[in-house]
Amino acid sequence: MEKIHETVQGHSRRSVLAGSVAGLSSIWLATHWPGILAAQEHAHTVAKSGRPAALGFFSPDQAAEIESVAAQIIPKDDTPGAREAGTIYFIDRALTTFDQDKQAAYTQGFNDLRAKTHELFPNADKFSALNQAQQVQVLTAIEKTAFFGQIRLHTIVGFFANPEYGGNQEKIGWNLIGFEDKFAWEPPFGHYDREYKQS
Amino acid sequence: MKKFTPATQVDFVIIGSGAAGGAMAKELSTSGFEVVVLEQGPRLEDKDFKHDEFKIRNTPALVNDHALQPNTFRKTEQEKAKLAQVISYGQCVGGGTVHYTGSQWRFHEIDFIERSRWGAIDGTGFADWPITYAELEPYYVKSEYEFGVSGVGGASPFESPRSKPYPLPALPIKSAGVLFDRGCKKLELHPVPVPSAILSQPYQGRQACNHCGFCEWYGCERGAKSSSLASVIPAAEKTGRCEIRTGSYVREISVDKSGRATGVIYFDSRRQEVFQKAKAVVLCANGSESPRLLLLSKSNLFPDGLANSSGLVGKYLMLGGTASASGIFDEPLNEFKSVMATRAIEDFYDSDAKRGFYGGGRIDGRWGFMGPIGYALGGLPPDAPTWGTGYKNFVKENFNRTMTCQSYATSLPLETNNITLDPDLKDAWGLPAMRVTYKDHPDGMKTKQYFLDRSLEILEAAGAKKKWGNPVRETTTGGHLMGTCRMGDDPKTSVVDKFNRAHDVPNLFIVDGSSFVTSGRNHPTCTIEALAFRAADHIVKAAKNGSMKLAV
Repeated sequence: MEKIHETVQGHSRRSVLAGSVAGLSSIWLATHWPGILAAQEHAHTVAKSGRPAALGFFSPDQAAEIESVAAQIIPKDDTPGAREAGTIYFIDRALTTFDQDKQAAYTQGFNDLRAKTHELFPNADKFSALNQAQQVQVLTAIEKTAFFGQIRLHTIVGFFANPEYGGNQEKIGWNLIGFEDKFAWEPPFGHYDREYKQS
Repeated sequence: MKKFTPATQVDFVIIGSGAAGGAMAKELSTSGFEVVVLEQGPRLEDKDFKHDEFKIRNTPALVNDHALQPNTFRKTEQEKAKLAQVISYGQCVGGGTVHYTGSQWRFHEIDFIERSRWGAIDGTGFADWPITYAELEPYYVKSEYEFGVSGVGGASPFESPRSKPYPLPALPIKSAGVLFDRGCKKLELHPVPVPSAILSQPYQGRQACNHCGFCEWYGCERGAKSSSLASVIPAAEKTGRCEIRTGSYVREISVDKSGRATGVIYFDSRRQEVFQKAKAVVLCANGSESPRLLLLSKSNLFPDGLANSSGLVGKYLMLGGTASASGIFDEPLNEFKSVMATRAIEDFYDSDAKRGFYGGGRIDGRWGFMGPIGYALGGLPPDAPTWGTGYKNFVKENFNRTMTCQSYATSLPLETNNITLDPDLKDAWGLPAMRVTYKDHPDGMKTKQYFLDRSLEILEAAGAKKKWGNPVRETTTGGHLMGTCRMGDDPKTSVVDKFNRAHDVPNLFIVDGSSFVTSGRNHPTCTIEALAFRAADHIVKAAKNGSMKLAV
C-alpha cells in the first residue's frame, strides 16, 4: 500500500481524509461522527519519531495559553492532568505534521481566546494568568465553538494515545483510568467473571 | 512462494484475498490448480500488528483508503451523490478477516427461505436462496475447521442442526459476558457463548489467544485470530502452486469474442498495467468492489457491464442493521482485556408477525470502544460532562465499568439500494469512483429500535446503575457488504447460479458477500467462507470430471 501511495502524484489526500472512517468501530460509526484526527501515513511516521526537543508550531506565549486550556479540559486534582502528561507536545506536533491544515484555526482561536478573556476580565490580558474559576468561566463561554471542540479533541486523543505520540507521557492518561499496556492476560479479567468462576 | 509470469495462462486468477479469496486459493491450489491471487493491499505480518489505537483510528492501515478510492453517497436515485466515506473493507492480504472482530456465526435454516416463510414484502426484492441451510452445512463445518473457530455447538436452542462440534472450546467468559448472561437469564432468554474465529487453544501449528484485547479493527500479532492470512493463505502457498500478488488494483475482467473470460487487467504497485492470463476468473473482491469491477468491465459483448444481462449487478446492496445501548456497573469489568464479545442471544433471531414489522437479529454483550481514546470520546452517556473535573472523573470511574449491548440485524434487499459508477468522480487510478445509493427500509429502522429497546431491558435486568441507548440512525456507512450479485436459478433475476458461477460468463465465478440473496440476521463472514468452500468444491469436481471446460 505504501508503494501505491507514493506513486499517486498530485492527488490531495487531505481533502477526503477529513473525518476518516478508517478504524472506527461499528458502535462508534453508529453513534458518533466527530471528524476526529485525520493523518497521512507519512506524516504519522514523522509524528511518531520520539519526544520533541522543542515546540515546532506554537510560540512560548501561545503554548502557555493553549496548555492552560488543555489543563482545564483534563485538570490536575489528586491525579495529574493534561498539562502533566505533556499533551501540549502532542497538539504542537499534530499541527506540524498530520493536522497542518488546522494551524490557522489555532492561531485564530488563540486570538479569540485572548479577546474573550479580555472581554470577561478587562484587567487580564492572558488566559493563563486567570485563576481556576475565571478560566472555567471563559471556557464555558466558548465551549460551543469549533475551536474549543478541536482543542478538546486534540487534548483527549493526545492524553489517551500511546505515549510515543507525546501527549500521554509516563502513561499518565492510562494510569488515570486503569488501562494497563501489558497486552497479555489470563482470566479472570474483571470482578464479575471472577465471581462467575466461583459460583 | 511460487511466481508466475503474467503471460503464463494460469488455471485461475482470484481477485481478492479475504474470507472468500483465501478459502478459494487454498481449495483450488491444494486440488492441483495453478492460482494467482491479486490483492489491492500490502502483505502484513504478525510483527506489523501493533496495539496502537491512534494509528488504527486515524490512518487506513488495514482498510481501503478513501483518499485514493473515494465514494459518493446519496439516499435516493433522484439525488446527486456527494463525496462521503461510506464503504469500508479490509485491504491487505487476508482482507477483512485481518481486522474483524471474529464473530463467526452460521446463518440459520430460516435465512435461506425467508420469502417462502414470510411472503412478499412490498417494495423489496425479498427472495429465497437457491440453496438451503442443509446444502451449505457441510461447508460451514469445513470453514470452522479450516480457519479454526472456538465455540459450543448446540448451546443455542435456536441454532440450526450441525453435523460436527466446533474444533475448539469456547473462549473464557469476560465480565460483560457474565452481566449479559445474568440479565438475559432474568428475562428468560437464552445466552450462549459467542462462536469466535479466535483460537482458545493452539491449533494446527498456530498459537492460542493471549487475551491482549486488541481484536476489533486490529490485526492479531500472534496469528490467533483465524484470518485468511493466518490460516488458508499459508496453506495455499505451501502447495507451490499459488502466488499472492500484492499492490494489484484490478480494472477489468477481459473476455474474448465468445464471451469467455481470458484474464484480468490490473495496475501493479508502480501503476503499470499488466494483463494476467487465466483459464478462469474467480471474483472475491467483496460486495462493493465486485459489482464495481463488473460494471467497469464493459465491452461490445457486455455493454452494461460484465455478467449483467439481468441488470442486477450492484443492486440489492445490504449493509446489515446495527443498534447499541450501554450501561455502567458497580464493579470493574476490565473489558479492555481479551476478545470483544463472549455471550450473545438469538432469541429475537427470526421475525415475528406480532411485532408489526419484518426483521430479526442477534444481541451480544461487549465493551465496544476499541481502546482508551474510543472510550474517552464516545463511551460516555449523553448527559455526562464533556470537559473539566467532572469529565475527568467520569472517565476515570467508568472506563472499566461500562459495557455495551451490540445488536446486528436484518436489512432488506431493495433494488434502489445499490453500487453504481459515479458519473463524475474518479479514483486515483482514473477509474469511475464507487457511488452508493442507500436508504433503510422502514422495517429496518423499526428493527433497530426494537433491538435497542431489548438491549436496554437486558442492561436493566443485569443491574446497570445507569443505562442509555444510542439513538437509531439511518445507515450511511457499511462494512458488511452483501447482495450486489445475487444468487439464483433464473438468469433474468439473478447474477450467479447456485454454485456462484456467473449466468452470463461460463468461466467467471463471483464468490463473496455479493451473492447473498437476503442479509441473514447475523455477521456474514462464516457464510461467505462456507459459500467459497462449496463453490470451490463444485469447481474442482466439475473441472476434474470434464463437465466444466476450462479455457485453453
